[in-house]
Amino acid sequence: MNPRRKKRLTIVGSVLVGIAVVAGLVLYALSQNIDLFFTPAEITQGKKDSGIKPQIGQRIRIGGLVVPNTVKRDPNNLKVSFSLSDMKMPIVFDESDIMVSVHYEGILPDLFREAQGIVANGTLTRSSSGELYVEASEVLAKHDENYMPAELADAAGKDYKKLDYSDKQLKNNY
Amino acid sequence: MWKWLHPYANPEVSYHFAGKLLPWLSALAVLFLSIGLVWALAFAPADYQQGDSFRIFYIHVPAASLSMGIYFGMAITAFTSLVWQFKLADASAAAMAPVGATFTAIALITGAAWGKPMWGTWWIWDARLTSELILLFLYLGVIALQSAFEDKNLAGKAAGILTLVGVINLPIIKYSVEWWNTLHQGSTVSKLGKPSMSVDMLWPFLFCFLGFILLVSVIICIRFRSEILARNSIRPWVRTLVSAHLTQEKTNAV
Repeated sequence: MNPRRKKRLTIVGSVLVGIAVVAGLVLYALSQNIDLFFTPAEITQGKKDSGIKPQIGQRIRIGGLVVPNTVKRDPNNLKVSFSLSDMKMPIVFDESDIMVSVHYEGILPDLFREAQGIVANGTLTRSSSGELYVEASEVLAKHDENYMPAELADAAGKDYKKLDYSDKQLKNNY
Repeated sequence: MWKWLHPYANPEVSYHFAGKLLPWLSALAVLFLSIGLVWALAFAPADYQQGDSFRIFYIHVPAASLSMGIYFGMAITAFTSLVWQFKLADASAAAMAPVGATFTAIALITGAAWGKPMWGTWWIWDARLTSELILLFLYLGVIALQSAFEDKNLAGKAAGILTLVGVINLPIIKYSVEWWNTLHQGSTVSKLGKPSMSVDMLWPFLFCFLGFILLVSVIICIRFRSEILARNSIRPWVRTLVSAHLTQEKTNAV
């Protein structure tokens, strides 16, 4: 390689390395701000590295898996509450899991179901009994990257029924 | 080692080589895309949770991968153009940029259309979506720089520098879903280990993916050829080509 090309190669190469280092440091410094949501454990115990905890009254997003048998729906309106626990693999729920409940009023996304990933946007609140919960204004479903036909899902014993709404629930809201 | 590549630095040789590839690529693109899309959209099984909405995967994922793949290709040409100063490298970057921008836009639009029914929102500022949007802006910046200068060499250099600076965005897009909490799910196909979808869903995807790669190659080939002609319009070989074409047209008209 002739010297001029060699020189240009070094310049371009070192600029690229420099940019990579800068971007890496910026992203590392911002890493917690880039997270879309807090997990339930991060809300109660703080972020892993920095220990930062969201304040009561702060608008946050919470993300986690809907804990089975915690979905409580009001039969007369669209009020619903459910608990979220941290996402983990494999999905096994345990009494000792850290959970934070979410209160919401409105139609849930079609993919909402037990053991499904959920991201809720709302205000972190402390109830009169001292428990933390999120008063959500928006609930989004976070599906995973596993796709399969219904026959396979049935064979694997997956439960994937959509929520039904009664006329009574819907009437009081519209 | 690279001696065999040297003739292709000549625009005329490259122009004719791309012309020879074109019919083969086009035929294969039509073949794979038609099989892949029909298979994917009509015959592949629907997802157990998402139903038929899942089929947008077959367009969204190839478009998103190609938006990054084309950018990577552009980065390689930018690198060779800056270091070795091949003029053709700039021409190929100019051929790729609008195609990449289009596929980025397709990925973003199909993603939004998929996100609304499944997630419940068209858009969310999570790391994956935001970095892909930045990729679109990078493409637009590169295209703008390529056409901002009269002097094509200067334009190629400026656009090349931006392309190389922007290449840092590619690993961020790719690993955003692993490094941070995002609403966007992880990779289904391009990951270590087994793809997370059943085989009868994977095959149509592979056909679609290859089909889209071929389609992109066809479009880039055509654009590359016209870039070469535009950049060498005063060369004798282009003039001969054009006058031959014009006489051909005239005889056809008569």
